[in-house]
Amino acid sequence: MDAQTESEGGRQSGRLGGEPTLSAHGITKDFGVLRANDNVDFSIMPGEIHALLGENGAGKSTLVKILYGALQPTAGEIRWKSSPVVIPNPAAARRLGIGMVFQHFSLFDALTVAENIALALANAGAMGQLKERITKVSAEYGLPLNPDSIIADLSVGERQRVEIVRCLLQEPRLIIMDEPTSVLTPQEADDLFVTLKRLASEGCSVLYISHRLEEVRAICHHATILRHGKVVAECDPQQETAARLASLMVGAEVRELTPPEPVSETAPVRLSVKGLSNPKPHPFAVALDNISLEVRGGEIVSIAGVAGNGQDEFFDVLSGEARAAQGSIAIDGVDCRRSGVNARRRLNAAFVPEERLGHGAVPRFRLSENVVLTRHGTREGLVRSGVVNFAGGRAIVGRVTEAFDVRKGAPDPEASALSGGNLQKFVVGREYDRKPGVFVVSQPTWGVDAGAATTIRQALVDLARAGSAVLVISQDLDEILEISDRVAVISHGRLSTPRDAREITRAEIGLLMTGISGDGQGGKVAH
Amino acid sequence: MEALEGPLLTIITASTPLLLAALGELVAERSGVLNLGIEGMMAVGAVCGFAAGYVTGEPIAGVLAAIAAGMAMAAIFAVVTLVFVANQVASGLALTLFGLGLSALIGDAFVGVPGLGVTNIHIPVLSDIPLVGPVIFGLDPLTYLAIALAIGVSWLLFRTRAGLTLRAVGDNHVSAHALGYGVVRVRFIAVLFGGACAGLAGGYLSLVYTPQWTPNMTAGRGWIALALVVFAAWLPARLVIGALLFGAVSYLALYLQGRGVGIASQFLSMLPYLTTIIVLVLISRNQTLLRVNTPACLGQPFVPDR
Amino acid sequence: MAVLSPVIAIALTVFTGFFIFLAVGVDPFEALYVYFVEPLTQWWTVQELLVKAVPIILIAIGLSLCYRSNTWNIGAEGQLVAGAIAGSVFPVLVPEWNGPLVLPVMLLMGIAGGMLYAAIPALLKTRFGTNEILTSLMLVYVAQLFVDWLARGPWRNPEGHNFPDSRPFDGWQVLPVIVGDDVRINAIFVLIAVVVAWFVLKRTLTGFQISVLGQAPRAAAFAGFSQKRMVLLTFLISGGLAGLAGICEVAGPIGMLRTTVSPGYGFTAIIVAFLGRLNPVGILFAGLLLALSYMGGEGVQIALNISDQITRVFQGLLLFFVLTCDTFIFYRLRFVPARSAPRAAGEVSHGSA
Repeated sequence: MDAQTESEGGRQSGRLGGEPTLSAHGITKDFGVLRANDNVDFSIMPGEIHALLGENGAGKSTLVKILYGALQPTAGEIRWKSSPVVIPNPAAARRLGIGMVFQHFSLFDALTVAENIALALANAGAMGQLKERITKVSAEYGLPLNPDSIIADLSVGERQRVEIVRCLLQEPRLIIMDEPTSVLTPQEADDLFVTLKRLASEGCSVLYISHRLEEVRAICHHATILRHGKVVAECDPQQETAARLASLMVGAEVRELTPPEPVSETAPVRLSVKGLSNPKPHPFAVALDNISLEVRGGEIVSIAGVAGNGQDEFFDVLSGEARAAQGSIAIDGVDCRRSGVNARRRLNAAFVPEERLGHGAVPRFRLSENVVLTRHGTREGLVRSGVVNFAGGRAIVGRVTEAFDVRKGAPDPEASALSGGNLQKFVVGREYDRKPGVFVVSQPTWGVDAGAATTIRQALVDLARAGSAVLVISQDLDEILEISDRVAVISHGRLSTPRDAREITRAEIGLLMTGISGDGQGGKVAH
Repeated sequence: MEALEGPLLTIITASTPLLLAALGELVAERSGVLNLGIEGMMAVGAVCGFAAGYVTGEPIAGVLAAIAAGMAMAAIFAVVTLVFVANQVASGLALTLFGLGLSALIGDAFVGVPGLGVTNIHIPVLSDIPLVGPVIFGLDPLTYLAIALAIGVSWLLFRTRAGLTLRAVGDNHVSAHALGYGVVRVRFIAVLFGGACAGLAGGYLSLVYTPQWTPNMTAGRGWIALALVVFAAWLPARLVIGALLFGAVSYLALYLQGRGVGIASQFLSMLPYLTTIIVLVLISRNQTLLRVNTPACLGQPFVPDR
Repeated sequence: MAVLSPVIAIALTVFTGFFIFLAVGVDPFEALYVYFVEPLTQWWTVQELLVKAVPIILIAIGLSLCYRSNTWNIGAEGQLVAGAIAGSVFPVLVPEWNGPLVLPVMLLMGIAGGMLYAAIPALLKTRFGTNEILTSLMLVYVAQLFVDWLARGPWRNPEGHNFPDSRPFDGWQVLPVIVGDDVRINAIFVLIAVVVAWFVLKRTLTGFQISVLGQAPRAAAFAGFSQKRMVLLTFLISGGLAGLAGICEVAGPIGMLRTTVSPGYGFTAIIVAFLGRLNPVGILFAGLLLALSYMGGEGVQIALNISDQITRVFQGLLLFFVLTCDTFIFYRLRFVPARSAPRAAGEVSHGSA
């Protein structure tokens, strides 16, 4: 591994010059026995868009929280424009001139845009004045906002704008962005890049955390790569290939997926959805509008879409947790619109929801108990005359652990004790173990390390190859394009007509994300 | 005209303790804390207010003692639920039981003792106008305080930075914490305010309403106040209306009893409780209104992620 | 560890009690002895203790099922009264019926009465989404007023010299004694309830459902468990048990229907449920302890002239301490592994504990 470390005060070729806006020296952070950051050194120049790369769990979020004052380092020093500083809390960071746009927004749903922004500013001033400033600044940077909108009514992309404008109003010298494009359509991401370039040209630095290599290569001047809490490399991402960056991030050759096989036209339709519609289950939800879809045995169909466009509602209706008002659902030809979750499982369907803790698994339950959670009603002997057979659950845990390489410490720990990747492997493996004929999974590799992600995606491909119908709902376009046979887009509760994954382009997907008309084609929809 | 005076005065005075207690709870719930211990805080406020008033001979001492007692009880609850992050429902019940027992224990010495009473305000000329005079210008000082408090709370919540912070904490304590706001501190203050109001409400009962102390004199008003907060959708203006509504129900019960209508007194006494149930059912049918106005973090324990 | 928090809570309560007695002006050591120890020293007081413990434990078992599934039945006191009323219908209105069948019928009616009364807040919750805490509680006041009216009015004993009681129950209408002079057959009901509850919670799918619904409602929906059905089920069970406790009180120690049929057992049961950590065996012990607190209250009233309301003070304090200790021990120690930060930061320790 050739780690190119920067010499003290020196410059690398191609890097923007001057005194660093912010530099970190020997930053270490321990959580008990776990070392999240290990002797991290790096620096950010003025006007630089600096990428912080690393897979999930590499320590990026921890490092960034330290820079923002939300955490204190166990050891090490931070310097702001070459003077050592201590950043005890986010307010201090803001005073220095550091702004942060979190991955999980710190917004208040019931309050207006102006109120949300006021709460983040040290001296917000009069509300009337603040609203004017918001309107002005947001328009100036290409992120227009109405100060009186209520956050709950805004889309995810618009909410991110609020976070960004909130930062901009404090005239920062450094903006930290944590995985900003994970919730944006391709077009919205492009708009964001324009904004970032403008900021950089004004001398503001941007620390851009991401694991999306194409983006980083497109806009970043410099990249620091973290793995297992340590800096393993620094480079100019525009000079490197995506593959090289990926291998630096993961530390090994990235395992290639065995590609999915093309699907026969004569394969039976195993999951059939026709004209599915459902009103909003509650005021802040999304209504489903005339969704139709067919998934054949042996194929993987993916539904792309940015969060908040009806994915949750669609999943709940597919799994049986919610009943659709209109339309039909059939599994292997059997109408199951009126059936509950377990009846659908008995038809050999399996489901993996987006949220693993709290929905897919009970955090304080053991893994064996979590097996019983979804498999008590499938007539496989886990429940006899009302009495639960936990030993059977433990046996299944053993099988799944083997098959999916679940690292869990104890033989049967609580679900909350597992890491994100391992828990997801367990949750997917628990359903995979039943050899389901229809498999519906939402955000299969969200927040999961690269190794686990590959294992999970391989399982989906294998399942399809064995003849099952696999439906994947995902926000990760790279993943979708890697494993799918066909792709559809969900937007505002409508589903586009599925297209061949090898033919559709990102631009077309992006267009569909902005709106789908009644015939399943892209284009703005009046709503 | 004169005939309306009595009923209106009764309705207003019956609604005052409810309004006071519910206002305090509204503030606490807006910050995200569900305090079921209002009944206990009111009872302790009532007995301490009565005792202080009796011992010193000064009603103002009684009022202050009632407020202090309510705050002390609320402080216990705040420590248990905010510092030790215990279950709020169970803690509130504990507070009620503890408060009712404690107040009966303290009040043992004061049963049957004649109370002080607080004289109504008299503004020359204005208070003498028929009907309007006594009803608007001749009430007792605590009722005026309750009205002022309703206006004050409304202004605080929606027009000040402090109120915005409070609402933010109740909406999303994770975000508030991420932005650097002291969630525990804000909630602690809100809970103490709730206790002060509940104590004051209790003091009103024992100093003004029926100037004496009897065990169980709160008679479930603390619970009714909780229902009122839901009915008001956490908006002070609606709360005033709700309190008056319940005042009217109490008046109705008294009126029918006095009239000798053939219904047994026990059934008339049931009216406020049955009304509470009906009101709750009606308001919960409007899920949209509730969903939009309920503080999103109500009752959820806050554990900072350090 | 699970036993530790109630034990510490009890110790803290006794400790605080010391100062309360001091503040009230009595010798704290004597008072503590009279309160906590004396009731255990004589056979007849021990029997009294068991008599009080039985209804409390019975109700608390039912409540524990509710609380475990995040359903807050606070109206057990009202369901107790409803059961007492329902079970007393025959002895009061048809006093001549006095055969071996009358008691089982009374008990069944008592259970039914409690269940029906509990069904009200349950249905309001499942149909309208109305908060069950307030509705079940309001109904307590309603039930208490109703029994007051009955005892003073239409059900008053015509030969009773105007006392507000019904005709005393007689012969087969009375709950038989099985141990000593006072311990009656409802003690056996309690033991059965404890065993059945333990089995259901630990081994059956219903018990599993209750736990999932209480901890992770979305996961429960994902498992196909219905929150609404569980609300109904747990309310009916706890209402039935409270109703049974109610009719047993009336047909047993009291022997007639009175204006007040319970000194707050329905509320004490709430404390017992928490003190026993919602576990049937824990509830058994916690019930005995709280029955002791009732005895102690009566004792200090007689011996030291302290209001017996001190019992409620102790009970409230005990619940506070239990909740605090529980969280402190149970939650704080769990706090470390449950944090997301260490896991998000890296998977360094593969395979290690």
